[in-house]
Amino acid sequence: MSTPAVRTASRLLPRLLMTPAVATLFLWMIVPLVMTIYFSVIRYNLMQPDQTGFVGLANYEYFVTDPSFTVSVVNTLLLLGSVIVITVLGGIALALLIDEPFPGRGLVRLLLIAPFFVMPTVNALLWKHMMMNPIYGVLAQVWQFFGATPVDWLTDWPLWSVIVMVAWQWLPFATLIFMTALQSLNREQLEAAQMDGANYLQRLRFMVLPHLGRSIAVVIMIEMIFLMSVFAEIFTTTGGGPGDASTNVAFLIFKQALLNFDAGVASAGALFAVVLANIAAVFMIRLVGKNLD
Amino acid sequence: MSRSKSFSPALVARTLIAWAVTLLVFFPLGWLFLTAFKTELQAIAVPPEIFFTPTLENFHEVQDRSDYLLYAQNSLITSVVSTLLGLAIAAPAAYSMAFFRSPKTRDILMWMLSTKMMPAVGALVPIYVLAQKSALLDTQLGLIIVFTLSNLPIMVWMLYSGFKDIPPEILEAARMDGATLWQEFRHVLLPLGLGVLASTGLLCLVLSWNEAFWSLNLSSAKAGTLATLIASYSSPEGLFWAKLSAASLMAIAPIIVFGWFSQKQLVQGLTFGAVK
Repeated sequence: MSTPAVRTASRLLPRLLMTPAVATLFLWMIVPLVMTIYFSVIRYNLMQPDQTGFVGLANYEYFVTDPSFTVSVVNTLLLLGSVIVITVLGGIALALLIDEPFPGRGLVRLLLIAPFFVMPTVNALLWKHMMMNPIYGVLAQVWQFFGATPVDWLTDWPLWSVIVMVAWQWLPFATLIFMTALQSLNREQLEAAQMDGANYLQRLRFMVLPHLGRSIAVVIMIEMIFLMSVFAEIFTTTGGGPGDASTNVAFLIFKQALLNFDAGVASAGALFAVVLANIAAVFMIRLVGKNLD
Repeated sequence: MSRSKSFSPALVARTLIAWAVTLLVFFPLGWLFLTAFKTELQAIAVPPEIFFTPTLENFHEVQDRSDYLLYAQNSLITSVVSTLLGLAIAAPAAYSMAFFRSPKTRDILMWMLSTKMMPAVGALVPIYVLAQKSALLDTQLGLIIVFTLSNLPIMVWMLYSGFKDIPPEILEAARMDGATLWQEFRHVLLPLGLGVLASTGLLCLVLSWNEAFWSLNLSSAKAGTLATLIASYSSPEGLFWAKLSAASLMAIAPIIVFGWFSQKQLVQGLTFGAVK
């Protein structure tokens, strides 16, 4: 097919082109990982740099037996699961709603996807102050209008408040993806099914949802990547509290590292997060392997 | 479900429901927009004031107080440079994977994506220590490096799936005709892959602009981005909602407008071309 010279070049060149990306990513992964493993077995407090020494698995034990630990794992999973369920179901509903033409559809599209582009710190403060403030917030006003006692969202429902903020941000993303997927649905088949007497729910169940399968997988995968490490929303609103009520694993590690200055324990926690991430990655690879390629 | 243009109750119902839901979803942003033009007293008025005389005072005060332009400049430089740098590193790799497939290609792609699954906070301590030791803490360069690396896996993936859609025969034909690698890149790959390069760049720009975790932890007054500036408003001191809104509006308006213009490319890129 090709001359030997070309063949040699075609083996060397692809590797050469891949090197910068592979090398930098490898360093980005391995250097912090090795340092983290090292930090995790020594006594390493940023405030007491003179006190060091090998402590074995003590940091792990401390992190895992910390009462905050179980709470933060549960919170991480709750946040991940709730936001995915809310955005996938809500996104499908919204996409179906605006799939057919109606007056102002273009404008509706623009307004609906806007929250996706809002930076997390703005999102968090917008909800914390202007929406959920128990005295002046819009929600409090609505509650009062109906004669109910306003809720102090961030104190009484801290995790759910964070879930609302994050879901608000990711609902437009899901809607946008499903909207695009719906456009490639075969309309003639749908109409034929309608002629044959399939009602709306039957068409939804047997034609629309299977068509959306691939995009549902993509939405779940991307949201998993980003929602594992939700941080800014918690940092700027509840600070993980009250108590640990809205602390996720990411925030717990941050607390150990930069609030308790205990880099050793934080590193042990970080390695736990790596394990958690790998479990998620296995699921994801199954999902992606089937749906992409 | 009829597609006729004539008046029908179904169409009216759908229009009303769609608009109601949309206004509900958009409401927090609309409220932010209104509040930015109110005085602090109007901002917390009970019941809320819908009709008022707009003022630009908040915008001036945000700039006076905290040098908004410096943060905006940091955001712009870090996101643009990290995007370009990312493209420069990711594009050759994606090209190589898409057109010179080997049994290892799939594993490498999966490995790259798996580095993205690791929560950033897991690498916080070492990265913080490294940045501190190499004097990259609170510098634009430090943020650029971190943004580039954390977006790299997604960029390689997007570019890979985009390049894969280009028929390899076209590139082979060019090579047969004696095109050098540069000519092949310049006259064949670039025109055909422009769409995916653009959508990858756009997404990366949005992600870097909105990035909060590393900005909050690795930068402060000198290299702080708009995300850092906004976070500094988290603890209320006196009356500040109107100023918070003005600062927020200035931080998100450019990227929202940008996102509106590029939504089609974004979907294609975000789903790795899996959703058409």
